[in-house]
This record gives sequence, structure tokens and C-alpha cells, in this order.
Amino acid sequence: MSFRERLQSWRYNLVPDHLVGEILTKRWTDNAIPFLALVVTLASFGSIIPGFFKLNALQESTRQLGEFSMVVTGMTVVMLGGGIDLSVGSIFALSCFSAVYVFFILEQSIWLAMAASLATGLIFGAINGYLVGYLRLRAFLTTLVTFIFGRALFDILVTTYAADVQLSTATSDVLDFIGDSTFWGLSVSVWLAIILAIVTHIALTRSRPGWHVLAVGGSRRSAHNAGIRVRRTVFMTYVFSGFCSSIGGFLIACRLSGAGPGTGLNLEIMALTAAVVGGVSLGGGRGSVIKGLMGAIIVLTMTNGLIRLGYGTGTNQMVLGIMLAAAVTIDIRWLKNRHKVLNEVYVAPVYLKMGETQSAVPGSGTPYELDNRLSAADHIGLGELEGPEDVILDRDDHLYCGTRHGEIVRFFAPDYVKSEVFAHIGGFPLGLAFDKTGNLISCVGAMGLYSVSPQREVKRLTAETARSWTSIVDDARLRDPNDCDIAPDGRIYFTDSTKRYDAHDWALDSIENRATGRLLVYDPRDGSTKTLLDGYRYTNGVCMAHDGKSLFFAESWACRVHRYWLEGPKAGTAECVIRDMPGYPDNINRASDGNYWMAWLGMRTPSFDLSLRHPDMRKRMTRRLPQDEWLFPNINTGGVVKFTEKGGIVEALGDLSGDAHPMVTSMREHRGYLFVGGILNNRVGRYKISGADPNWTSPASYWGAKP
Amino acid sequence: MNAIGWLNLRSLNQEGIVFAIAVVLFVAAAIGLPGFIDPNNLVAIVRSVSVLGILALGMAVVIIGRGIDLSAVAIMAMSVAWYLQLLNTGTSDGLAFAYVVAGVLAIGLLNGFLVAYADVPAIFVTLATGSFVFGYVRSQLITQDAVPVPQGHWVELLGGLRFLDIPIEVFVFAGLAFLFFLFLRYTKWGRYIYFAGDNPVAARNIGIPVRPMLVLRYVLSAFVALIAGLLTASSLHSINTRVVNSTLLYDIVLVAVIGGIGLSGGRGGVRNVLVGAALIGILLNAMTIIDIPLLYQNLIKAAILLGAIIVDGIINPRDEQTAQQGDI
Repeated sequence: MSFRERLQSWRYNLVPDHLVGEILTKRWTDNAIPFLALVVTLASFGSIIPGFFKLNALQESTRQLGEFSMVVTGMTVVMLGGGIDLSVGSIFALSCFSAVYVFFILEQSIWLAMAASLATGLIFGAINGYLVGYLRLRAFLTTLVTFIFGRALFDILVTTYAADVQLSTATSDVLDFIGDSTFWGLSVSVWLAIILAIVTHIALTRSRPGWHVLAVGGSRRSAHNAGIRVRRTVFMTYVFSGFCSSIGGFLIACRLSGAGPGTGLNLEIMALTAAVVGGVSLGGGRGSVIKGLMGAIIVLTMTNGLIRLGYGTGTNQMVLGIMLAAAVTIDIRWLKNRHKVLNEVYVAPVYLKMGETQSAVPGSGTPYELDNRLSAADHIGLGELEGPEDVILDRDDHLYCGTRHGEIVRFFAPDYVKSEVFAHIGGFPLGLAFDKTGNLISCVGAMGLYSVSPQREVKRLTAETARSWTSIVDDARLRDPNDCDIAPDGRIYFTDSTKRYDAHDWALDSIENRATGRLLVYDPRDGSTKTLLDGYRYTNGVCMAHDGKSLFFAESWACRVHRYWLEGPKAGTAECVIRDMPGYPDNINRASDGNYWMAWLGMRTPSFDLSLRHPDMRKRMTRRLPQDEWLFPNINTGGVVKFTEKGGIVEALGDLSGDAHPMVTSMREHRGYLFVGGILNNRVGRYKISGADPNWTSPASYWGAKP
Repeated sequence: MNAIGWLNLRSLNQEGIVFAIAVVLFVAAAIGLPGFIDPNNLVAIVRSVSVLGILALGMAVVIIGRGIDLSAVAIMAMSVAWYLQLLNTGTSDGLAFAYVVAGVLAIGLLNGFLVAYADVPAIFVTLATGSFVFGYVRSQLITQDAVPVPQGHWVELLGGLRFLDIPIEVFVFAGLAFLFFLFLRYTKWGRYIYFAGDNPVAARNIGIPVRPMLVLRYVLSAFVALIAGLLTASSLHSINTRVVNSTLLYDIVLVAVIGGIGLSGGRGGVRNVLVGAALIGILLNAMTIIDIPLLYQNLIKAAILLGAIIVDGIINPRDEQTAQQGDI
């Protein structure tokens, strides 16, 4: 290995590039930026301002935070629903005034004051909701106008009644408690804010109205077409926002025992900035209460911190303006480009030097030498089928195969002309196997392991395994279950080809060439799924050995076949029996003469082998070229290979014309014939094997003669 | 019945209605309010709406292009305040003016860049830059809320200029209105604004430089704001930065929207601004003569603006199928 190649292999095989892409697929990366901003803000202000974390100072600022975060929670819900509420400052101020008026001037009980305050918020919110939700006016301008309206009203009221409030002698223990005391170390406003946040969070994530809000925000049109009452949902978000702001207003009325011209001033831009800085997306559908709260803490810390640092008038507005512009821009750019970045960085190729192989060229004299025998095969279902990845025959000689349309099709013996849809599964059925009682077990691409009873009942057996500790993408989920076979004790052994790509992206996995294929076992007795082996380059076909004590499985991109021992001294270990084949192996099945059939889905090419030694080139290729100009494994020529239990190659069958069976993904021997399937083919081939046992069938080989 | 009702409403011309209302108001005020019809008062009306009208011209161009500029008032007040502050601290006039022009240009470019190239909604960009401009100038560049015009400076002299007993800002307003009219109606770029406002994607597809045009509109709006600020300072002999927190901004939007410039873009023109300005001018003047307190005036203006937006929403309705996601 040259020095350059060694460097490449270190660079691409030891540096975990793929983790970047995997982390980016996580929804929580949305939270990472605001969270970092929060930590940085708290840390920097905490270290600049002496006594920032002192209890007294915290007590006062947390009270403010409690009120503010309620307003932000309301704003968050409105924004999640795809709107915006700029009138929160006015609602806050008017609710505060309502409470003050009822308590100090009318000298009613504090509870009545609270009711008045909440009613003010609900009514104001309902007006906003009616205008934006039912009349469908533009949220921004409409709430801007109701904000001016409310503010003008508040200014009039406050100037009219300010003196009366000052002269009032009304007092209340409850008011003092809410305004000044603490309960288990936290002020009432903080407790209320926490409760409100938790309730809102649960409502948004776990209740029907909450889902409706997110659906409307995510896509108003789709929500409308799905029958969600969009207008009412939007209306309710504004009512909720009014409600939240009014609680905040009531709390500040208790804290300050009055209302002044400054009450709720600039609150709307602060709340908006908080929500956006926290990561609640404009236009709706993305965000959470927690994000809103993070934003609230950041904004309040910033503004309060700047005041305490003694910066003059206007600094707050300046900082809010910068924060708002930056956060909105980042939010929009991030939303717009995230999937682009993800596409760019997700494919992270590794270095692999494929071993020297024997030629498969006709006339080369090697055991792999392909001939043209498969081109003479009869065809079954020509033009009716799309994508019979695997084929299998039952005891009554009927033929079954999966199709791209998510169905298992049955062709009736003896001539295989008539067919019917045996079962509809929904995903692409790949590997097939019959169990002892005649259930058809199938690996369904991107879905899991399924069982179809003779009465056609479809049942999911398993869709997940234990998650490994170091995984970032969820490797508990089966992304590409590929082929299965069943041991004499009924346990189902199956492969999951890759953890990083869905079944239809298998080509990307071949370009990346990372070893993430697994061998798993499903135990029908207790329904458990266990991972037996991990770290193969696209595990594919599985076949139980004739004696049932071991199984063979194919490792496609490495062109190897392994034997995994179920019993005996080597139980639980795998050994490589065939290495460095000239073709990419797919399904493996039993042959009547005690050997095994193996399908080749494609042939190695010197160019692709070379590209595997240049991961940098493959990386550039996936980033800079359109997909149809990429270098892929050659799947224009495939074949069928028979091998012995020891790994010796007996013969190879091919279709040199490329018309009937260019890519072979499966073959099954039955009564002297070989049935051939291909995942991109439009037929099942039937080839008469000379000298094969005309009575041998696969079900009998596995489960004995017909009972 | 209902359908016919809608149809009739749609066939009505908002500009015409508003003009009619303005005339009715004018007649009513002339008959009912003593001193309203007095020539001095009429000049005062025109003068009072001049600055508003100039700002509304800039806003109109932005709105026609399907945007909005909420930073106009901040730019107006803060650019002039900074200019006067520079003059008061002894910077030479040319240099100070160059600074201010550069600053105004920078903010206009920033607005335009964020809207056009970063795809951030105009409303958020300009809200944020407005807040930033006010905060930055107030905290870093000037020392108090109000900055006076230096004695004998041309800005002060400008305020005293009269032609036929009519103050200079009226002529500036008229001249600018005429220029904007020519620009919007008879220049290629003016027509492009309508195309881009009506359907930005289609405009882009037929090869109109939609993004550079967007930047141009915000720069234009920023310079219009600077002119309005200079005129304000010339008539008041100082500039009070507290105007940023007043309802002036909403008056501007009110003039544009009430004149019939649809917020969804692509519609309206200079005439709509003139009609809107006339109505608002008469209204404000009448309210002042009746002696309605300023706070109540705000309430009334807000109510009118709300009404205008509701009518706008009914005339240019949006529905679930055509409303754009995130169009708030």
C-alpha cells in the first residue's frame, strides 16, 4: 500500500465524518444553537456583573422572568400556529390596568380583580383571533394596529386614573403574597410560569388541539384540506396568547401595586425577539415552549444585564434589533439550507482496497466464467411484474414473489400464467421464506420482518432490535431488512443491510461503502430480536446450511460469503468461506445436490474498485455531480453461482445478452427448475437445470415431506 | 345576494370612496368648524401632511413591491439627529452630510440585502433595523432626545423659505410626488416594481432583476426618510427622536393603505398617496380644531387604520388554497 493510500485510509476510515451528517439529521440540533446562546449569555453576564447570581437579584429578575415568559409562551403558541401577536404588550398593560382598577378604585376583592384581568386578555385575544382567524387579515399588521389601539386606550386610562390609584388604601394579603413572597424558594409568578409552560407543552405535544395548532402552522393548506378547522384553531391561538399576557399583566399589577405609562412598553418586540432567538420559526409549525423559554431567559438577561451595566437609553433597542435581525436571518437560512447541507455532508465514503479477483469473462477458464445459459430461460409474468427481488415456491408448486408496489404476487402452478395478489403489505417485499407451518416470512424494505399466513393475514413480526450504545442515528430501527431464512427450531435469521440509508438508497450505501450491515435473529417463541453480527458491508442473502447447524450470508460490497455457526464448537462466530469474488453477491439458497445457489446482483469493475481506494474522489463526486453522473457498481450484468459448503465454486450461469436477466438478486430451485428474480427486472425466469433432482423442493428440504 | 354584494364592493374603487369621504369631510368641516376654511389653516393642513406624504411616497413604493418599511421613521429621525449632532460638535457640514448619507445608504442596503438575498420577511427586517437604528444612534451617537439645528444653518433657513406664502415643504412634497409619478409610470424600472409586487416569481422568471430592484426600493425609502427628516428639522428647528416611539409610523402606513395601495403589492400609485394624505390631513386638522386630546386622536387613527385593513382584507381576500405559507 502506498503512503498516499495509507494516509487516505487513516483519514477516511478513522475520522468519523459520518457523524456530522447523522447529528444533522437530529431534530434536537435545532435546539442546540439557542441553547448555546443561552449558556454564553448567562456565562458572560454572570462573569461581568458582580453578584449576578446572588439570590436577591435573582429573585427580582425571576419575578420579571415569570411574567415575561408567560407572554412569550403565548407568543410561541401563536407563532407555532403560523401567526404573530404584536399586541401582547397592550394586552399585558390593559390587563394590568383592569386588575388595578377593580382592586384599587372599585375596591373589590383580589379574585374579582384577577377575573377582570383575565377577561380583558381573553376579550382582546378574541378580537385579534376574530380578525386574523376568521377575517383572515394579515397577522402582523392587524395585531400591530390592535397594539396601537390598545396602547392608546391604556394611555388614556392610565392618565385618567393614576391619581385615584395613588390615593387608594385597598390592601390584600393575597396581593402581597403574589407580588412579594416566595413559595418553596420561588415566587408565585415563576411557579405559574412553570405550570403554564408544562401544561402548554403537554397540550401542544400530546393533545388534539395542540396537534391542530402545529398542523395549521406547518402547512395551513394541508391542514385545511385535511379537515382541520383552520380558522377556529388560529382564533384559539390568539385567545390563548391574550390569556397568557393577561396573567402576566395581573402578576405585574400585584408586584407593582399599580400601573404606569411604562407598563408593558416594548414588550411585543422583546417577546417576539425571545421567541425567535429561542428558535421558534416564523411562519409556524416548528418550535416548542421550551425554546420560547430559552429565548425569554436570553432576552431578559441581555436587557437587564445591559441596564445594570449602566448603558444608556436606546441600548436595549439596539441589542434587541441586532438579536432579532440575526435570529430571524439564521432561522430562515437554517430552515432553507438544512437539508441541502445534510445532503452534502451525509455521504461520507471510506477507504477500501478490494482483493485481487479471478476473471468471470467467458472463456477465461476460471470457475467464475459466465456463460449465456440464463438468456434461454422461460419467462413468467413478463411485463406484469415490477421488481421480483426474491422468488419462492410452496409445497403445491405455486410461485410467490414480491413487487415494487408493495404486494406479494402468487402465480399458479403448473404453467404460472394466472396470477393473483396474494397479500398487500405496503412496503417492498424483499427476502422470502416459508416456515414449518406454511407462513410466508418476508423482509419488507424499510419496514421490518413480516409474516403472511396461508389465510393471507399479514402480521408484523419485528421492526426493531436493541439500540447500540454508541449509535447516533437510530439503529434500533430496521432500515433495510434484506433476506431471511429459518432455522429448524423456528428462529428466523435475517439481515439488515445498512444502518445509514433506507432501502431505496442502497446505491448511496455502495458509494459510501461503510460497514454497517447486520445479521439479526428473531425468536418467535418470545418475540425478541437480537443483533448477532454487526459491521459488514451490506449484508444480503441468508441461507440455512443443509444440516441446519450453520448459515451462509452474503456481504455484497465486499464480495464475500460468510458462514455463521449456530451450533458446535464455533457457535456464535462467523468465518469467511468465499472472498474476492468478481461479482456482488445477493441472495443465497439451497440446491438439490447439497450445494448452494448464490445470485450476483452485479459485477465488479476495475473503475469502481479503484474509486473505492479514493474516498476523496467519491466524496467530491457526490457533492459536485448530479446523481445520474455518479460512478455506481455495475449492475448491468449479473449471474447465478453454485458453491459448495466449503466455499468451492461449482459453476456460474449468466445472461450475456443482458435482455432477460441482467441483474439477478435471487434464484430458487424447485423440481429440477431454477426460478430467477431480479429487483429491477420485469419477469421471473424459469431455467431447466440439467441433471437436477426433479422431485427436490425447498419446503421439503427444510421441513420434510408433506405431512 | 351575498355574492352580488361582494361583487359590488369589489367593483367600487377604494381610491374613489376615500376621495369622496375626504371631500365630504372637507365640506362638513368647512361648514361646521370655524376657521377651517381660512387660507392659513388650509396651508397648515397641506404643510402638516407634507412630511407625512413624503414618507408615504417612500412607503408606497415599497408596498407596491410587496414589502413594507417599518424602519422609515427611525431612519428619518435618527439620521437627521446624528447630522445635527455632528454639526453641533463642530464637524464640517460637507463631512457630516457625507457621513449621514453613507449611514442612510448602509441601512437601506442592509434592509434590502436581508429582504432580497437572505429571504427574511420585510416586516421583521425593518422592525429589527428600525429598533437597531434608534438604539444605536440614541445610545452611541447623540446625547439627548432632542437635537437642535445650529443657528443660521441652511436647514434652519430652509424652514423659513416661502413661495407665494406657501412653505417650502409643500413644494418639495409636490415635486417628489411628481418625480415618483414619473418614475412609477414612465420608467422601465418603475413598471418592474409593479410586476415584482404582483408576482415576484413570475417577474423573476421573465428576467426582471427582482433582487437588485428590492434593494433599490429600500434604499429609495431610506433616502426619502432622510429628506422628510430634514424638512421636519427645518420647520421645528430641532429634531425630537421620541417621534420614533410615536404613532407616526402607523400614520404613514395608514396614508398608504387608506389611499388604496393594497398590502399584497402590485397595486396603487402616487395618486393614492395624495388622496390618503388629503383625508388624513383633513381628519387630523379637524380633530385638532375640535380640540380632541392627542391620546384620543391616536385611538381614532388606530380605529380608522383597523377599518382600512379590514376593508383591504375584504377587497383583496386571501384563502386557504392561495395563501402563501409564512406570509404573515
